[in-house]
Amino acid sequence: MTNTPEGSKRPITTSAIGIGLATGAYGLSFGAISVASGLSALQTQTLSLLMFTGASQFALVGVLGAGGGVIAAVLTAWLLGARNGLYALHIAPTLNLRGPLKPVAAQLTIDESTAMSIANDHTPTHSRHAFWATGISVYLLWNIGTLLGALGASAIGDPAVLGLDAAIPAGFLALLWPRLRDRTAWAIAAGGATVALVLTPLTRSGVPVLASALIAVFAGYHLRDRT
Amino acid sequence: MIWAAVLLGSLGCYLEKLFGFILPPTLLDRPMIRSVAALLPIAMLSALVAVQTFGDGQSLVIDARVAGVAVAVVALLLRAPFLVVVLAAAISAALLRAFGVAT
Repeated sequence: MTNTPEGSKRPITTSAIGIGLATGAYGLSFGAISVASGLSALQTQTLSLLMFTGASQFALVGVLGAGGGVIAAVLTAWLLGARNGLYALHIAPTLNLRGPLKPVAAQLTIDESTAMSIANDHTPTHSRHAFWATGISVYLLWNIGTLLGALGASAIGDPAVLGLDAAIPAGFLALLWPRLRDRTAWAIAAGGATVALVLTPLTRSGVPVLASALIAVFAGYHLRDRT
Repeated sequence: MIWAAVLLGSLGCYLEKLFGFILPPTLLDRPMIRSVAALLPIAMLSALVAVQTFGDGQSLVIDARVAGVAVAVVALLLRAPFLVVVLAAAISAALLRAFGVAT
């Protein structure tokens, strides 16, 4: 084994496994929360296998669990997943894929794999290795975590007694937390929460969260030259 | 109906990813697209926190979930991992209910 001048790939693989393990713990809570929200273990697992983007999955089960209906749940998941398309646009030239690998890479394009790919972009080879290693590691462990969480919650029962209904907003908060990096982010978070709370008594369930997306569109329009 | 949401939601989220590999990268040159996509998760996740903490159908209530979320904030400030944050919120809400302090 000789190292390339740019360094070995092994540290990248190690980080990718570490990120996968941490995400597996997210998957565990997703599985439990999804079952507590009324989805079956099979529906929960299908989301992790096919949707495979955490925030959208949490949002879909959250909106369904609160009685928001199919349309609001689906639209919320789509809007939250839009950023993955941006990630794909960003990393596609580096990955430089042809043929059947393209649709596989698409499914693995999420926060973690994109961040690792960009963090290791000193050579295209390392960047590609980081993307695939992280994507595969997170996919496997996210799905194993989901399975264990869903089966565990199915075995325990009555979610309100256990406080799982408090775990749902805590889960969203933990997803939001690392994004609150500056005052703009805090202002948009405050705006989104305010819109949702004001609309809750006035509209049917599911609409308040969708309406909060308008805050992002409005702010994005005004900040378009600053980001 | 849940299956419809699961499958439609999954299909759309996959197509969003796939379009990124098919569409021209010059789309990234449009600042409006970039900034809206970056800000959407912040506004919507925050709305979800608010609604799932205080919402009960169409009414707003204060119950054990608020205490659970407050504990989650403390856990996040202490840089606790995701699973610890979520468990701390669930356990504190469950304890308050078990002792009859909150509903």
